[in-house]
Amino acid sequence: MFKISTAPLDPAALARMLPDARAGACVTFEGWVRDHNDGHPVRSLDYEAYAPLAEKEGARILAETRGKFPIIGAVCVHRVGALALGDLAVWVGVTAAHRGAAFDACRHIIDEAKSRVPIWKKENYADGATAWINCATRGEHAGAGVPPAPPSEA
Amino acid sequence: MITVHLEYFAILREQRGLARETLATTAATPAELYAELRARHGFTLPRDRVRAAVNDEFVAATAPLREGDRVVFIPPVAGG
Repeated sequence: MFKISTAPLDPAALARMLPDARAGACVTFEGWVRDHNDGHPVRSLDYEAYAPLAEKEGARILAETRGKFPIIGAVCVHRVGALALGDLAVWVGVTAAHRGAAFDACRHIIDEAKSRVPIWKKENYADGATAWINCATRGEHAGAGVPPAPPSEA
Repeated sequence: MITVHLEYFAILREQRGLARETLATTAATPAELYAELRARHGFTLPRDRVRAAVNDEFVAATAPLREGDRVVFIPPVAGG
């Protein structure tokens, strides 16, 4: 299941979707809002998604992941809206018979989601400037007064 | 001339100043439509950094546009 959520994510509730008697491993990943990016102090983030296509593309990622790794369950939920420092932006949970597949599949899902799913992140900086990540154009800034930022890690 | 329904997200929504609009256009493809919109609204992203979706599915920039299509231009993504 891949979902876009306007409500805060509840890791315990999400994890309850995963138990399976065949599973010997469960790997989860949480992406949190951190207070800096590329040397700039970050005050908050705004996430926005093209939800119908985001959920379709996310479902394709989960299906591809099942084809690549022997996993049992896979769930990914991404939050949208205004998030504060420390908030949970994305949650991925994977179960498998053995830990190797669960770790590899969890990493694969978050990496693919970051690169393919139509979700956007705007950073609001401590100095009042803002920037849509990955959207800066040469030399100038896409939205404001800090240099173009490289792709950021969650 | 066809009528298309546009929805804008993220940097394109901010640069356009609205989230959706309906437009009559002579553009035959998403590439032509983006060029038209970029010239009119000063979008900073060049066409090769924007993907196109029609009716909630990714399409090639050269795919044909049809009457009533719902078109979204997708800036570089940044989930996670």
